[in-house]
Amino acid sequence: MAIWEVTSRLSELPDFMFPSFTQVMSTLFSGLLSGQILIAIGASLSRLLIGFTIASVLGLILGYLIWRYKLVEDTLGFLVTALQSIPSIVWFPLAIIWFGLNDFAILFIVTLGATWTMIVNATSGFKNVPVLYQRVAKSLGSGGFHFLRTVILPASVPQLISGLRIAWAFSWRALMAGELLGASVGLGQLLEAGRALGQMDLVISVMIIIGVIGTIMDNVLFLRLERSVERKWGIRA
Amino acid sequence: MYLSIKGIEKSFPHKEKGTVKVLDHIDLEVEKGQFVSIVGPSGCGKSTMLYLIAGLEKADSGSISINGNEVTGSGSDRVVVFQEAGLFPWLTVLDNVTYGLLLKKMPKKEAEQKAIEMLKMVHLGNYINSYPHQLSGGMKQRVSIARALVMEPDILLMDEPFAALDEQTRMVLHKELLEIWRKTKVTVFFITHNIREAVLLSQKIVVFATRPGKIKAVFNSKDSKDGIEPNDVMLQLEKQILAELQDEIEKVLKEEMGDDYSFKTNSVSRDTSGDMGSHI
Repeated sequence: MAIWEVTSRLSELPDFMFPSFTQVMSTLFSGLLSGQILIAIGASLSRLLIGFTIASVLGLILGYLIWRYKLVEDTLGFLVTALQSIPSIVWFPLAIIWFGLNDFAILFIVTLGATWTMIVNATSGFKNVPVLYQRVAKSLGSGGFHFLRTVILPASVPQLISGLRIAWAFSWRALMAGELLGASVGLGQLLEAGRALGQMDLVISVMIIIGVIGTIMDNVLFLRLERSVERKWGIRA
Repeated sequence: MYLSIKGIEKSFPHKEKGTVKVLDHIDLEVEKGQFVSIVGPSGCGKSTMLYLIAGLEKADSGSISINGNEVTGSGSDRVVVFQEAGLFPWLTVLDNVTYGLLLKKMPKKEAEQKAIEMLKMVHLGNYINSYPHQLSGGMKQRVSIARALVMEPDILLMDEPFAALDEQTRMVLHKELLEIWRKTKVTVFFITHNIREAVLLSQKIVVFATRPGKIKAVFNSKDSKDGIEPNDVMLQLEKQILAELQDEIEKVLKEEMGDDYSFKTNSVSRDTSGDMGSHI
């Protein structure tokens, strides 16, 4: 930070292109205080939450179908692997044509970004449930939905969590890209506004916010979840 | 007869050979409350036989009936104890044991009470709130036995339940299993590859031939047992069973290692100098 401060003051670039650390901090705080950044965070996170939730539910259901039925695996399973390799922002032009340049288009690519990985992880999670657990449950009289709820789902929890973590990262990236291109409010839109107004202090402030949120979700929420499962299961002593 | 197995045949698909017959016309009768062991070399289909009784697999032909009712699927009247305990790592010991009871729609309070009682019977009363990974191998297997017994099954199916345990733990569990068996009068169908174990525990020992699996010999042993030390009669029985199994073991080894392999000990003893009859 000191190096940043010093280089910024000494550099010949004008302030708006390479703002100093203190300037960024003051923009960040005033942005937070005025509510401009808070509103943007709220808008972005609500989009993310909706898209991510849809993707998770969809991923679980389709993952279940792929695991359960050979026909679905041969058809949809292959398609998912292929679609997974397309970055979801690539869908954006199509989304704009279908839904118009609005929230719905952004929501679409956010959901899409997370869905494929969620399907892949759910499928492999279900497939890797040890036969032993399945036999034990069946021998004790379990079956049908009870079997799914009490054996298949909990047994694949570790893989589901890592799936959620990757899905979250994908949808977060898709969200930023989408908002940058066409949102009325949001962190991505704020970045774009900063660029248009030549306010690099605002741009860097938003970058900091994005970094902080990403870190909190990834390292605090998901890592903690993973650790607590590991501890309970005794995977890591 | 209580458990009656008639003309069971079972084949599995095989990559190179098309299908492989694992069970060939198995006929077996078991009385209520009997302790029956199946011994046989690995791959002889003894575990498959147990899964068929459990209803986890389906036979190609033949029938299995218990008390006159034909087995069509898995059910909690026949509970399996597997080689690895197979406890659910996401549940506590208590929840693992109540799992089957709650499935039977028993009220939670009553189920827990019953589970605790059963856990005390296998001497794990102090571990009800532990998670499986905190237990030793022997303790896990006790929980697994408690989980099966709490269902009050008609038949307890055990698939090499002590094979992965150390000798001391196994000895203790042998003794305890016999105590539990006498107390609950449950019918036990016990799979093992350990002849000593079969002799020490069971009233009826079925020797399986391999590839395809079929019944080679049946032995009865009426002695009362403590599960720890074999008496002379049991040792004699152990020898008889080993003799029956030797051919089978050789068959497996020849198949795996080639035809020149010989397992049976040479009956002609050699003296150290190497040429026989040199000191006549």
